[in-house]
Formats: sequence, C-alpha cells, structure tokens
Amino acid sequence: MKAEPSRRLRLPRGEGAGAWLAAGSVALSLLALLALLALLTVRGLGHFWPSPVELVELEGGRQLAGERVREVPHAGGDGLERLYRIGNQDLEGGRWAWVRLSAIEAVSHPADLVVVERRRWGQAIGRLSAFQGASGERIEGEAAWPALEARLAELGTLRDARDRLREEVILPLAGRNDETAARELKAAHARLRELQSAMAGGRLILATADGEGLAVPLEQLLGARRPNAMSPLDKLVAWGEGVWRFLSEGPRAANTAGGVWPAIFGTVLMVMLMSILVTPFGVLAAIYLNEVAHQGRLTRLVRIAVRNLAGVPSIVYGVFGLGVFVYGIGGRLDSWFFEASLPSPTFGTGGLLWASLTLALLTLPVVIVATEEGLARIPDQQREGALALGATRLEMLSRVVLPMAAPAMLTGVILAVARAAGEVAPLMLVGVAKLAPQVPVDGDFPFLHLERKFMHLGYHIFDAAFHGGDVQAAMPLVYATALLLVLVILVLNLTAIFLRHHLSTRHGALTRR
Amino acid sequence: MPLVKEQRSSPDSAAIIDFPPEASSLAIRGLSLAYGDKSALNNLTLRVPRHRVTAFIGPSGCGKSTLLRVLNRLHDLNDEVVREGEVMLEGEDIHAPEVSVAELRRRVGMVFQSPNPFPMSIHDNVAFGLRLQGGLSKRKRDDIIEWALRSAALWDEVKDRLRASAWSLSGGQQQRLVIARTLAVGPEVLLLDEPASALDPISTLKIEELIRNLKSHLTLVLVTHNMQQAARVSDYTAFLQQGELVEYAPTDTLFTNPRLARTENYITGRMA
Ligand SMILES: Nc1ncnc2c1ncn2[C@@H]1O[C@H](COP(=O)(O)OP(=O)(O)O)[C@@H](O)[C@H]1O
Ligand SMILES: [Mg+2]
Repeated sequence: MKAEPSRRLRLPRGEGAGAWLAAGSVALSLLALLALLALLTVRGLGHFWPSPVELVELEGGRQLAGERVREVPHAGGDGLERLYRIGNQDLEGGRWAWVRLSAIEAVSHPADLVVVERRRWGQAIGRLSAFQGASGERIEGEAAWPALEARLAELGTLRDARDRLREEVILPLAGRNDETAARELKAAHARLRELQSAMAGGRLILATADGEGLAVPLEQLLGARRPNAMSPLDKLVAWGEGVWRFLSEGPRAANTAGGVWPAIFGTVLMVMLMSILVTPFGVLAAIYLNEVAHQGRLTRLVRIAVRNLAGVPSIVYGVFGLGVFVYGIGGRLDSWFFEASLPSPTFGTGGLLWASLTLALLTLPVVIVATEEGLARIPDQQREGALALGATRLEMLSRVVLPMAAPAMLTGVILAVARAAGEVAPLMLVGVAKLAPQVPVDGDFPFLHLERKFMHLGYHIFDAAFHGGDVQAAMPLVYATALLLVLVILVLNLTAIFLRHHLSTRHGALTRR
Repeated sequence: MPLVKEQRSSPDSAAIIDFPPEASSLAIRGLSLAYGDKSALNNLTLRVPRHRVTAFIGPSGCGKSTLLRVLNRLHDLNDEVVREGEVMLEGEDIHAPEVSVAELRRRVGMVFQSPNPFPMSIHDNVAFGLRLQGGLSKRKRDDIIEWALRSAALWDEVKDRLRASAWSLSGGQQQRLVIARTLAVGPEVLLLDEPASALDPISTLKIEELIRNLKSHLTLVLVTHNMQQAARVSDYTAFLQQGELVEYAPTDTLFTNPRLARTENYITGRMA
C-alpha cells in the first residue's frame, strides 16, 4: 500500500480572473504578515541599539541632551516638532521633551555625553563630572570615565564571584547539617560578607545639559555608556548585552523597563503543562469517539458539539475556569488541605495549575478533532490485519492504530499550543500576574509550584502597553515582547513539527499536512 | 426470531459434496447471517476438507467475504450482524463462550484483498503476531520469522533488508509478506479473500504457486471471482449465489460438468 501522489485539480495558471484573484490574496496575506514581523523586529530589536545622544541648543540659550525619538507636525500647524528622550526623570521637567525644529539653534554630538541606566528613575543623561570611589576619593575631569569603567568591570567580577559562591558553595552546604558543613558554611558567609562590602559604596556625579548636578550611587547603576564615542562594534556588543538582559532579567519600573524572563518562563511552562494535560484527554476522547462508541446518532451529536466547542470565545472558558477550578475545586482543596493558611487562599486563587487546566479545556476540541481525523484516515484493513493475527482490541489500538495516528495527534497538539500560547483573556481570570518575579519552578520542594501565579508574555504586552506609568517608554518593550511571543510560539510549534516529522518518517506516510 | 422466514430453494443435496468428519477441518451447519435486516448468508451447510484448497466463487455481493469473516469471527465487532447456525473447527464450535477469539484467529489466519502490511519494518511485521503471544526468545522468534518468510517464498527477496519499511515492498511482495506474517503464528486454516485481485499477473502466479505449496500442511479457503484462478489452484470449488450455496464439487467436475443450470450459466458467463 504505497501512498499515492496526490493529484489535485488546479485552476489553470495564467487563465481567468479567478487565478489572479486567488494569487493576489495569497500575496497580500503574505505581505501583511511580513510587514507585521518587520515592524515588530525593527521596533523591538532597534530599541536595544545604542542610539546617538544629541546636545541641542535652543533659542534663549537653553540646552538639552537626549535621544531623538520621532518627529510629528506641530499642533499649531507650522513646522515640525521633535520628541527627545532626555531621561533624568527625578529632575524637574525630565524624561521627555518636545522641541520645535524652528527653535533649535545647533545640534552636536559630544563624545563625552554619558547615558546611565539606573535601577530606579530609568535613564540619566549628562556629562560625567566626577567619580567617587568606595573609599571616598574623588576623581574629576578626564580621568573620571576610565576610573568608572575600571570600577564597573571590577564590580562585574565581584558579582560573578558572589553568585558562584552562593550557588556552588552555600546552597549545597545549606542542605547538609553536620559539624564540618556548619563550619564551612560559616566561612562561606564570611567570604560573602567580604564580597558584599567590597562591592558597596561609590557614586558618580553627572552634570546635566542645563547645568544641574545628579548623583548616582553605584548600587543604583545598571550600566553606563558613551554612545557618541562608541564604534559600531561597541554598539553591537552593547546591543547584544541589551537583548540578553531583556531575555534573562526580570521587569523593572512597573513593567516598563527591564527584561521579561519570568514571562517567557511562565508562558512556556504554562503551555507545556497545558499540552501534558490536554493530550491524554483529547486522545482518549478521540479514541472513544472513533474506535469504541457505537457510531449512532448520539455519537454524531457529540462530535458536532465538540467541533462547536472550539468556537466558544476564550473568555467564556476563563469564566468557567474561575468559577469551577479556582472557586470550586480550589476553594475545596484549600479547606481540606491548606486550612492553616486560610483565609489567604492557596489553590483558591488563580494560579499556574488552573490556568493550564483552563487552556487545556479550551484546546481540547482541537486535539480531539485532529486525532479523530487521523484515526479516521487509518484504513480498516490495518485494524482487521491486527485482529486477524490474534490481537485484542487494546493491542490493535496500542500497537497499530495509535502509532499510525501519532502524527495526527501531534498536529492536534501543535494547533493547541499555537492557540494556547496566544491566549490572554482567560488567563487574566485564572492566574496570570502583572508581576511575579518568583518563577513557579525553584529549588524548594516540590520544585514545581502549581499554585503560584505566573507571568505571561501576552499579558505582559497588555500590561506594559496600557497600564504602565509611561507608555512612551514602554512601547519599544511592547514591540520586543510581541516579537518574542511570536518567536516563542514559533519555537514551540517547530519542536512539535519536528517531532511529528520524526514520527511520520518512522511510521510511513499516512499524514496529511 | 428466525432469520430465514422461508426456504426459497431447498439445497440440492446431489450437487453438494460432503466429506467425512475426520477428513474435514471446518464444518458449517445451517449458517445464516444478516447485516441488520439485510440477509447476506442463507442457511449454508458444508464441510471444508483438511489440507486441501477449497475455492468459493460467485458473483460480487453473493456473500463470499461475509462467509470467510464468519470463519475467524471478524464479525464480532459489528453489532449489526445477526448470525444463526454453527461453525465447527476440528469438531469444536468456534462461537462457544469458552473459545478465545484471539486463539481462534491464530488458528484460522486471514489474508485480505489488498495487502495490509503494518507501517513497520519487514521483520516487525512478521514478528507482530509472535510478539503478541510473547514467551519466545529472540533467537527462536528470528528462526520462525525466517521459516515463515521462506514458506511465503519471500525470504530470498528480503533477507538483506529485514529492517526496511514493509511499505517499500511491491504489491505482490507485500501480499506475500502478509501471508508470511499470518503463517508465523502457526495457523491450521488459512483464509484468503481474493488475495491476488489487486496484483499484476506475475505476482498473481507467485501467490497461486504459494497456495499450492502451502496445502501440504494447511487447509486453505480461497475466495476469488477469477474462475481460471479457482480452476488452477483449488481442489474443490463451491459456487455461491445470493447468500446460498448452489453447487459444491471437485473443481474439475464443477468447471467441466456442472450439475445445475445456474452454475453452468455462471461459469460460462451467462448470468441469470
Ligand atoms: N459491513 C456490512 N454492512 C452491511 N452490509 C454488508 C456489509 N458487508 C457486506 N455487506 C453486504 O452483504 C452482501 C455480501 O457481501 P460480501 O460478503 O462482501 O460479498 P462478496 O465478497 O461475495 O462480494 C452484499 O450485499 C453486501 O452489500
Ligand atoms: Mg468480497
């Protein structure tokens, strides 16, 4: 039984308006998709590129320094108006500045303008007027920048040493409780304190464009650079660092700055849990409908109902999850097992488990339908062949039918993953959090914390774009997060497609793509 | 509720050969079968001789496949099917409650019209039935696999690529693989439902030769709508029409000197 090459009737190419119309719609859809990806990529990734800092002299002698953002026609109708990101939010009139082009006298790019990223208050821009080391010595003028750079490099090595000490010495020791361990632990803590104190202290003083002074303690400092003095290679390195920090760090400043690591982690973990939950249920349901149930009117009715469930708006599933999983089952679980911590809920509030379950329910129809289609495509001769060799029905199912249907099942899971990873609305009801810096997996027993709230890329986008204090600042991060969400879904899908391909080359060519 | 409300034509006992019970492998008595309320087999009574090839011929839809599927209880899964009468395999009722269906199907193997190898390697296809039974060492299993493939006249063609996918074989090879797979579980009876109708003439000849060779230790039941084929390979031929057994005789008698006009019309191509 070889797979026949598929012969399909096609519209004759180059003939008739129908073919052109069809081709045109395909081209248009592709273009729209590419435009979307291009926008996300340029806006999202461009954000991490160190843009030049301009020193602008305005009429009347005022000066400002900042990164050019965009230009729009002036509301009054004459000329253009330009937006600068000037940072220094903690000073008066800081962060953003609109400047009319006609008011600009001169623009220059001095190499010594410094952009500083701070833990609080975001960016600061100005000239480095002094650097003060940990012991209080003050270095001014030209020598300040090299001294600052040296100190930052030193801090980096100290930080690495501290992290290594924590992970490789203290954590393993904390698990043991014998004499020697206690002694070693004490020594390690002493070393840790030493490192901490070596890292403490020091600050830098910026002189802003309009002449004010701004002190930044080094503890507050995330990074400092002089974009105008950077070579393209330096910028590339800085860009890479920026992207890496975006991917590996937690959010700051009410989600308008910093990274999205907890959200990536939450999204992937939630989708994986969802797949683990939905696959067995979906596959069993499909097997029941296709292989076990009497093919009568009731089965047909159930099948139609399942298909229609796929069309129910996702927020409805969210409501269901909230009512049944969170309040119903979760509340019951709390009163049985977590009475000690009541009235603060453990499972009786949204969390990873309930979100995964809700999405599993949401995607169940997709998996059932895809698996059923796969099962229906398996010729009855294969089943009879197995039975005729003395296989029981269970053996026939597990040894012949299911392996042959595996690619179809995986197609179902792929579709489910694609749908689940992009859903935000139901999650808002059943467990997503604006900020949950603790990811739901850690070293504490039971390692996977199903009751914890989690962050999600989709919700993070929504939150950063509409609920942050500074939408202007959050926009690039919104684009970057959106791009990341697309990439995460892509990677999840590619994994499943790769798996499916692997299975279908092993089990012959009974798959439809 | 009796299935057969009226006996439309009483079977002409003179046109139906009988065998002594000790020489027959299968005995069918008063077998009727209906799909829902549509009758497919009507009061069949016949014996199938041991270690011979018996062919069932008849027009399409006369119930040949239905009959074969009764013999290894493939109808069990279809709850629409209503059956009456009994089938004895070596004197035991195959529908008796104590009979294990899996065991019965190993004793009565079946090969279908279009080759249905599983999407596994050639080796695994033949091993399938053996693995279900379990309890065999790998050595022993491989020996049986080689024996089965040799019996199905396929060994020489596949011995160097036992790990290749069964679906990479030609149609004729696939059908012989299916036969080997069935032989591996050690059946006493082999049912073949138009085993060559999907194959080219050369593959057909190979299958026919195989059938002739297998009867030394197997009882074969062959369904075919190709009368030359029935004449070439079978020892006895039964002619069915509309679910009834019309004539059953040694093959050369049935084809050269049929007793009944209905049989003659069919084999000479004059359909009633
Ligand atoms: N699964 C089934 N359900 C209902 N009717 C069937 C089924 N299988 C066969 N039949 C009917 O039973 C009759 C005998 O079929 P079959 O045994 O396949 O004939 P043959 O193999 O001689 O061509 C035909 O009329 C056919 O339509
Ligand atoms: Mg048939």
